Amino acid sequence: MSHSVELAGIGMTFGSTRAVSDVSLKVEAGEFFSILGPSGCGKTTILRMIAGFIEPTEGRVMIGDRDMKGLGPNQRPTAMIFQSLALFPLMSVRDNIAFGLEARGVARAARHAKAEELLRLIALDGYGDRMPGELSGGQRQRVAIARALAVEPGVLLLDEPLSALDLKLRQHMRAELRALQKRTGVTFIYITHDQSEALATSDRVAVMSAGLLQQVASPRELYEDPATPFVARFVGETNALPGRITAVEAGRASIETDLGPLTGRAGQGAVAGAPGTIYIRPEALIPGTGENALTARIERVDFEGSFALLHGRFAGGASLAASVPSTRLADAPAPGSSAVFGFAPQHAVVLADG
Amino acid sequence: MGELRTRFGTGLSTVFLVLVLFWLAGMVLAPNLMMIDYALRPNLPPAALGGPDDTYSLSNILYLAGEPTHRAIFIKTIWASGLVALVTFLVCYPIAFWMAQRATVGQLSIALLLIIIPFFINEVLRTLAWFIILSYRGPLNSVLMNIGLIDAPIRWQGDGGVLAAMVYAYILFMLLPIYNAIESLEKAQVEAARDLGASPLRIHTRVVIPHAKAGIATGFVFTFMLAAGSYVAPSLLGSPGSRWFTEIIYNWFFEGGDWNRGAAYALVLLVLCLTVVLVTLRLARVNLADVAK
Repeated sequence: MSHSVELAGIGMTFGSTRAVSDVSLKVEAGEFFSILGPSGCGKTTILRMIAGFIEPTEGRVMIGDRDMKGLGPNQRPTAMIFQSLALFPLMSVRDNIAFGLEARGVARAARHAKAEELLRLIALDGYGDRMPGELSGGQRQRVAIARALAVEPGVLLLDEPLSALDLKLRQHMRAELRALQKRTGVTFIYITHDQSEALATSDRVAVMSAGLLQQVASPRELYEDPATPFVARFVGETNALPGRITAVEAGRASIETDLGPLTGRAGQGAVAGAPGTIYIRPEALIPGTGENALTARIERVDFEGSFALLHGRFAGGASLAASVPSTRLADAPAPGSSAVFGFAPQHAVVLADG
Repeated sequence: MGELRTRFGTGLSTVFLVLVLFWLAGMVLAPNLMMIDYALRPNLPPAALGGPDDTYSLSNILYLAGEPTHRAIFIKTIWASGLVALVTFLVCYPIAFWMAQRATVGQLSIALLLIIIPFFINEVLRTLAWFIILSYRGPLNSVLMNIGLIDAPIRWQGDGGVLAAMVYAYILFMLLPIYNAIESLEKAQVEAARDLGASPLRIHTRVVIPHAKAGIATGFVFTFMLAAGSYVAPSLLGSPGSRWFTEIIYNWFFEGGDWNRGAAYALVLLVLCLTVVLVTLRLARVNLADVAK
């Protein structure tokens, strides 16, 4: 049984600090939904309002079309996975998983049977008698998920649960979370500051900045069609060249920059005559001439394995980031040299500033 | 030892070691050995000391077992000290939990100050304050009569008064170990338990108390020992019907003139306290090193 979650104009003020302002969004039942933003953007506050640890100072939280006002975390159909996991260190893995059922008065045999079933689900059968301290980071992670799933929540809330793991394990757990979500069908609301995590796992992502909702979209749309300058800069790397928008027609926008006229897709708020910025992804910049030619001086090449990132400066002074697949690195310009890059208009977006 | 020498030099570390050894031997070991020596020998006039009657025996200790009044007071002292520890725990636990998990920094410092300030005053004076509050024509009775809760004054002094004064006197020894223990509990643990649907009672019995077990055991041990060895509260606030074992020991020494029997009684009390400490620690699976922290 999974539930939808609807936030209707919620806001939260702590003393004189405005943590969250007027956020409205709807998470569909069974969706893997991420809330992405830098630390301090209000995403954890939103999660805690959904869980019921804090009441919003304005607006409503609806879970499965029921208003949650006045209901504590123990009365809501949500279960939370904490950043620290918060496994009970003095209880066995089995008792940890069965704790929610114990709290609901489920008999010992029944809750142990359920715990075993969940241990199988997370591929840890036989680990029931261990203590959490005896498990590895990834195993503890899975136990925390099983403990939350044991109470059969309609919504699972995850507060950056992977942040303590190393990169390899994080990527593995990411895939596992995704698979688990598909298998159980529970609505996942996932908080993260790691944009690649959000893009790789989610059906949809909400981007937040300074307590304000910036955009809610699918990962691909977020990356290719950012709604605001913040999203364009925060999600993925980008080359930002400011200028003045000269013309908008048929989905294309022309912009006059220090480096000459450039053309990209017209984004939200792009109107002729307004100050704007064109955002070009590093992988869209191809060395060699073409449409939208730009001259830049290469300062540094960072080899990342499957690709290399070229860092440098455009003629106007704006910084350059262009990625080149490793297989074509031999043809790439060397540090210290000047090179011309081009990009196809459909791979850049023009947004109005502000 | 080597660390001591590298830090303070040979001369100073020798001084430290000698002082500690002197303190252990002269202030801890010798008096206790003398007490055991006294306890096992009969009470003889000075002329008979060293004579044929001056032999070791358990008769002083067996006297306690055979004397019904003293035995009853001994047993009562044990369970009453346990009760003091329990009531002190019940008073301290909610305060400690609030201080450790809920209070803001400002609230915490005010609470700590309010709890510690009374301890700036000597224990005798603090107990005297209770003597005044609880006296027959004292403020507590007059307040209760003025608000109409009681018609005639109540005689608080006796068991109730002793309990109140002891709980008050030993709050700090229970509160601080528990506070320390709960303070180290991650807040998310309590939140996780709540989020999983646990009632407040279950959160405490399954998550907070198991975590704070070492602190609670430490508080119990401290409070029990202080209560069992207390003299001021029972002698000031007690009634003839609420005599404490320490008062009997006092009487043997200073009124009965039988130091040997007094030493035997004190030895029994000491052994009892040690037993309670060890059993409590074993039950709570805590070792002495944890308590020392």
